[in-house]
Amino acid sequence: MAWTNNVLRVNLTEGSMSNEPLNMDWARQYLGQRGLATKYLVEEIDPSCDALGADNKMIMTTGPLTGTMAATAGRYSVVTKSPLTGAVACSNSGGFIGAELKSAGYDMVIFEGKSPTPVYLYIENDKAELVPADEIWGKSVWAADEWLHKKYQDPLLRIAAVGRSAEKGCLYASIVNDLHRAAGRSGVGTVMASKNLKAVAVRGTKGVGNIKDPAAFMQAVNAGKKVLAEDAVTGEGLPTYGTNVLMNVINEVGAMPTHNMRDVQFEGAGKISGEAMHEPRASDGKPNLTTNAACFGCTIACGRISTIDRGHFSIENKPQYWGASGGLEYEAAWALGSDTGIDDLDTLTYVNFLCNEDGIDPISFGSTVAAAMELYDMGVITKEHTGGVELTFGSSEALSWATEATCKGEGFGLELGLGSKRLCEKYGHPELSMTVKGQEFPAYDPRAIQGMGLTYATSNRGACHLRSYTVSSEVMGSPVKTDPLVTEGKAELVKSLQDANAIVDSTGLCVFTTFAWTLEDIAPQVAAACEGEWTPESMLEAGERIWNLEREFNLAAGLTAADDTLPPRLLKEAAKTGPAKGMVNNLHEMLPEYYEIRGWDEQGIPTTDTRQRLGLA
Amino acid sequence: MLRSLQIEPEKCTGCLQCELACSYQAEGVFNPAKSRIKIFTFHDEGRFVPYTCTQCSEAWCMHACPVEAIVLNEETGSKDVLADVCVGCKVCTIACPFGTVNYNQDTKIVYKCDLCGGDPECAKACPTAAITYVDADHTGLARMRAHAAESAGIGANS
Repeated sequence: MAWTNNVLRVNLTEGSMSNEPLNMDWARQYLGQRGLATKYLVEEIDPSCDALGADNKMIMTTGPLTGTMAATAGRYSVVTKSPLTGAVACSNSGGFIGAELKSAGYDMVIFEGKSPTPVYLYIENDKAELVPADEIWGKSVWAADEWLHKKYQDPLLRIAAVGRSAEKGCLYASIVNDLHRAAGRSGVGTVMASKNLKAVAVRGTKGVGNIKDPAAFMQAVNAGKKVLAEDAVTGEGLPTYGTNVLMNVINEVGAMPTHNMRDVQFEGAGKISGEAMHEPRASDGKPNLTTNAACFGCTIACGRISTIDRGHFSIENKPQYWGASGGLEYEAAWALGSDTGIDDLDTLTYVNFLCNEDGIDPISFGSTVAAAMELYDMGVITKEHTGGVELTFGSSEALSWATEATCKGEGFGLELGLGSKRLCEKYGHPELSMTVKGQEFPAYDPRAIQGMGLTYATSNRGACHLRSYTVSSEVMGSPVKTDPLVTEGKAELVKSLQDANAIVDSTGLCVFTTFAWTLEDIAPQVAAACEGEWTPESMLEAGERIWNLEREFNLAAGLTAADDTLPPRLLKEAAKTGPAKGMVNNLHEMLPEYYEIRGWDEQGIPTTDTRQRLGLA
Repeated sequence: MLRSLQIEPEKCTGCLQCELACSYQAEGVFNPAKSRIKIFTFHDEGRFVPYTCTQCSEAWCMHACPVEAIVLNEETGSKDVLADVCVGCKVCTIACPFGTVNYNQDTKIVYKCDLCGGDPECAKACPTAAITYVDADHTGLARMRAHAAESAGIGANS
């Protein structure tokens, strides 16, 4: 089985709850987590609904392997309609609460409606209750976490919460669990806050069992762990340097988005890299990195736990930030750092702490600040707007101020909370927003990594690197090296990675395993745990089904082929330096072929044949 | 040769693979809440510390038990709880100076590490060798070696 076969449905409007069995017919088609929750969402909401209205639903979902001993099997996802993009949102997080929810006996929790007053959901195995959240509403995630732990006197209570940014309507607010892991993208935290739901606190002590073939499962799990341990990326690079091992690599290939993507290389990259996090600081002789850390069940342990220099201007009078906490991932280091032109590790670590403390997506936030800095550079945004702050590229003080204001939802921070697209539109320069479908870019400039252009343009949740990470092939040569500067073959590469990642995101496993694992490693673990026939082929097909289901949601929500594009800067302004100097992204060479390979018509709509083949018709 | 669990907290990443392996071996489900070995997280210090029964030679729990439900396993040196003898009085949980005998509300008796009969699953599952099962005479030797290397100006991994 592996599934608990139990869904908790929470009607926030009525303040009522009910349990129901998992729809196993759908589970056999969509497996779990991303795929299965998307199926529930598609069946239960009108895609054209207001993402922040009572008609939207929010599903917190585990995968069938979540909570088991499979390496990295602690993942959960939040699936809903995004207020940032208007498209389907699916944000995935690690930490420990996903496994805890499974151990309490639930595959997923479906939140419907909107509570008339702030509440939180408390779960202790079979007991689930909505509790007034007046004492934590208006507080940060970290303050809410501390309050809940004190109230229940249980250090192992696992908590996911939204911060002040979400309450104030920041459109890219995240849901933060276990203090510094996050369902980060697409504003899923904004949806949660719009429902007056402050937190979910879970204690599960039942354990996860129901493994179909325990002996085969443990054999497959151990084989998988061995592959991860022996791989250069998952066995060495990630545990040692974290995802920020990429900073120097991506800068060298000229794909480092810098200064709101005006530049493709950042001269300060070496100072904010994963390697730099190990170096003793000049100021106090201690390194930024305190230790690496794992999420539930993870044998990679890419997580960073960092400590800021106590004498640094950002925290010298703020002892609450003197302890160790979640450090910089590559995406945060890039967006908060190179895109804003800031190369001070302590500043970036401080603002990363704030992003976790109050739940904002550092990618969307950093990118929005970078757009604001460009507008300031042009004289469109002025000190009048910022209240006297000089919002210049490279200013640590400006970034710290902007982060504090956005996290608390105060002053100009409310405008930054709109995201890059709405901010640039408001100031009359929509072309300066580095977004697709309203969601900000992650850390790979598609002029130097062509496949990432198609990845961003076609991602179902707006610009995103986790939907098809062609960087693996185009830069790292895994599983096959392709030339990052050519478009040939990229449509096929993108499609196959999109399908594979869609099903990996539906298992309960972490997508970072795919640096080393293929579906050949994953399928035996799923097949041994779950009912149904799960082979690499059937999983890939289920991934394609999920991709098309998400696409159909987006089309029904009003998105069209016109949204499958990139900002003009990336299509018209050539890269100034690096291996891609003189190049733009040639999306037009890839997109028609991609539609064809997908079995979509020229309008990007899945054909009847495709729908029938995938069981969607 | 008697062997002993050797724990090196500085290597621990807090992944809980040991807790999963332990609970699966002992309870048949993946359940950190019922693991005999526990990882403690010291968040502000950025440290993770595994902790479990050290199998005292003169075990307080064994001596304190009024019904002789805790017995020595001659082969492994572990002190094992006899489930059908234990009455759940919890005196052992008070007697143990380290807190490594625990009560289970569901079974209504206590549980503790039994070294899996001589092949501890936690050590096998640990991805960073923070938990190893070594010659009982050699516990601490790895740390001693590291300090020796340091004192001689040699890298710890040389």
